Amino acid sequence: MRRERIVDALIVGAGPAGLATAAGLAATGAGEVEVVDRDQQAGGAARHCAHGGFGRFGMTGPQYAERWVAAAVGVGAVLRTGVTVTGWSGPLTLDTTSPRGLERITARAVVLATGARERPRAARLVPGTRPAGVFTTGELQRAVHGHGQRIGTRAVVVGAEPVSLTALDTLRQAGVEVAALVTEYPRHQASRARAAEARLRHAIPLLTDATVTELLGRGRLSGVGLRHRDGRTAYVACDTVVFTGDFVPDQELARRGGLPLDPGTRGPAVDGAFRTAERGVFAVGNVLHAVEPARVVAREGAAASAAVRRYLRDGDWPSASVPLRVTAPLGWVAPNRLALDEPGDGFTLRTTEFVTHPTLVVTQDGRTLHRARRRRPAVPNRPFRIPGDWTGRVDARGGAVRIALAD
Amino acid sequence: MSVAESAGRVLRSGAPPDTAYDVTVIGAGVVGTAIARELARHRGLRIALLDAANDVGEGTSKANTAILHTGFDAVPGSLEARLVREGRRLLAAYATESGIPVEPVGALLVAWDEEQRAALPGLLDKAARNGYHAARIIGPDEVRAREPHLGPGALGALDVPGESIICPWTTTLAYATQAVRGGVDLHLNCRVRQIDPGGGLHELTTSRGTLRTRHLVNAAGLHADAVDRLLGHDDFTVTPRRGQLIVFDKFARDLVDHILLPVPTALGKGVLVAPTVYGNVLLGPTAEELDDKTATGSTAEGIALLREKGRRILPELLDEEVTAVYAGLRAATGYDDYRVSAHKEQRYVTVGGIRSTGLTASLAIAAHVTDLLATTGLDLPAARDLPPLRMPNLGEALPRPYQRADLIAADPAYGTLVCHCERVTRGEIRDALAAVVPPGSPDGLRRRTRAGAGRCQGFHCGAQVRELFEKGGEPGSG
Repeated sequence: MRRERIVDALIVGAGPAGLATAAGLAATGAGEVEVVDRDQQAGGAARHCAHGGFGRFGMTGPQYAERWVAAAVGVGAVLRTGVTVTGWSGPLTLDTTSPRGLERITARAVVLATGARERPRAARLVPGTRPAGVFTTGELQRAVHGHGQRIGTRAVVVGAEPVSLTALDTLRQAGVEVAALVTEYPRHQASRARAAEARLRHAIPLLTDATVTELLGRGRLSGVGLRHRDGRTAYVACDTVVFTGDFVPDQELARRGGLPLDPGTRGPAVDGAFRTAERGVFAVGNVLHAVEPARVVAREGAAASAAVRRYLRDGDWPSASVPLRVTAPLGWVAPNRLALDEPGDGFTLRTTEFVTHPTLVVTQDGRTLHRARRRRPAVPNRPFRIPGDWTGRVDARGGAVRIALAD
Repeated sequence: MSVAESAGRVLRSGAPPDTAYDVTVIGAGVVGTAIARELARHRGLRIALLDAANDVGEGTSKANTAILHTGFDAVPGSLEARLVREGRRLLAAYATESGIPVEPVGALLVAWDEEQRAALPGLLDKAARNGYHAARIIGPDEVRAREPHLGPGALGALDVPGESIICPWTTTLAYATQAVRGGVDLHLNCRVRQIDPGGGLHELTTSRGTLRTRHLVNAAGLHADAVDRLLGHDDFTVTPRRGQLIVFDKFARDLVDHILLPVPTALGKGVLVAPTVYGNVLLGPTAEELDDKTATGSTAEGIALLREKGRRILPELLDEEVTAVYAGLRAATGYDDYRVSAHKEQRYVTVGGIRSTGLTASLAIAAHVTDLLATTGLDLPAARDLPPLRMPNLGEALPRPYQRADLIAADPAYGTLVCHCERVTRGEIRDALAAVVPPGSPDGLRRRTRAGAGRCQGFHCGAQVRELFEKGGEPGSG
């Protein structure tokens, strides 16, 4: 029934993170390195981002994706698209479906690079009717750039973070007027320059401290209901609404494999060497932290390839690790397990509130391991990092290490 | 091909034919399609099936709790009790033969307080009076053993092993497909505005023109009272009762093994938690009396109420992502039974007040209505067996195309996944678009294939599915 095969490293997901991992592994002679992707074309989410700003030279998303495809294939990684991993049949064995049939692939190391997606309207529990004209940025980009579809005439964009401005650009290219950007936060969360370029030049209203309370219209969307934090309500007529951001890891495969997830990121919990709790199973890219820019996850892929290479050579796997947790208003941290043999090179965090000059305190069992004041504000939906130079002070037999903001 | 020669047509526009039909069924929900299918067994009848919407099953039939009932809690001696009992047997057999997904998971009516526990013996007795003898009362330990994720405080339950979950969309579509293959003309986008009883022929003024018919069946669901009034009757009023439902992610499926039904008490009916044949978990419905028959929106209050009740029943359910929220309107009439009656002088049968049990009872309702039509003077040619039908499998209990090496080897389109969350292949989408009753919208395609019905709600496949729909299933550029 299933064709059974064995490879050295199997990477699931051919976005920048997966391709960079594959490129690094194949370039250093890690044996048979195979990347599978369920899409018909490799490149991941970058492939749908027609805008520039990718990589160091400001390439477009598709160009950037193509560069990584060429890099991986050029050093001998096998890239197979249109191949869907449907589940696990062993700790390092995955079942796949493709037009060529069913396979069962066993690898010495499995790398999950399955990426992330935006949460849709239903998961956000936005009430109302179920009309046409409701998008996420991901669907919008594919509809406009991939299929040249007609979108609508007048849109409301939910969110005011970098991806929301991408949605705004895409709508404009599709000839859709944007009625407003709506954010639950008191300000937008993009860089000042980017926000000015995308929004202010076109005088698009930014409605802050506001949420979408209802979708209206039968057949086609006719408008959205809004509520301001102070209780005021409003109605905006539109035939299109785009729910942007609110990214979650595409962690179905990790969860089906029983890998422990981090409660903050909701992706698989990993240490600084991209190791999950399961021997031989790694995870890299935005499945760990939804989401970081393509160049960041590609850099991660390079680091992950070195870690996978070491494992294939030495077979070392940590027997224990210390969980790393955050306290509100911090939302999550990645990596989120501390294995003392591989401290990694720092941590990425998210906040759920604006904090002007955050002081971060890292503690373990009441003992302070690190304390530092940042000069720049912490902004929701934008990354900020702390260095990893304190990890040597972690007690491997101690309790969870906690990152919090000092009062 | 003999099937093609005698097959009816599916028409979404244009004027209805000039020649008169023998029977016209108004309403292509699960009840109307079942009636049309039953009539199609009588070869030689000219039959029309009408619906105001652009697809079958677009009203109450698409937004229900998807349960194949035993009828254990019906009003003993009522028409509903009899038709549910008979219909369940008929539909269970039909589902097996036609490939409609059914899972016999059984139900537990969980008692959460003393009043509810005290109501269990009465329900057991009622089940016996309805001819259902497999139910029994179980204690809290057995409840816990059989549903380990249940919230604390369950005092006992009524175990009803015969309750099943079913795919309501495939059921309606199977009936419609067999009806059309059997010669029924399906007229969609065809709203009935006026009925002129005339002499010997009803003249129906519809949004697509005039249609004439000797006999008439009103299976208009929520609008059955309005159609009844067009013929001068004022026997009942349909009050839409809104039921909001939350569909949870497939990761919730492992939390629940049975349909968890509320125990009805004087304080009202609670909500249920049930697995679906697609591998999700359903929480709902609310019960809101409305006067707007188009109010199928969900509300913040409804969602909050369901989440609060769901948290009590299955606390871990609330940790899972929500895949969809929808609302359906049930046709409440204020009577405790179906309102089915024949009007001989008008050659007309009303099928009103078909509540949430209509899906289960559909085949028995169809047989009953056909008998009633005979009493209004309809000459029924001898019945034949319709050619058997095999519907595409949307359920998780049997292998789906993406899991079948034989199917993929014969046609690689069954190995090409389009919707990743629901694992729907290009082959299945192509088949649905080329089917006897094709979808009229991407929503209709979703109901037929599950494409776009998963956790990402089209983030990955929405644009591609829309393109496939618009191009009739041919591969596009993306």
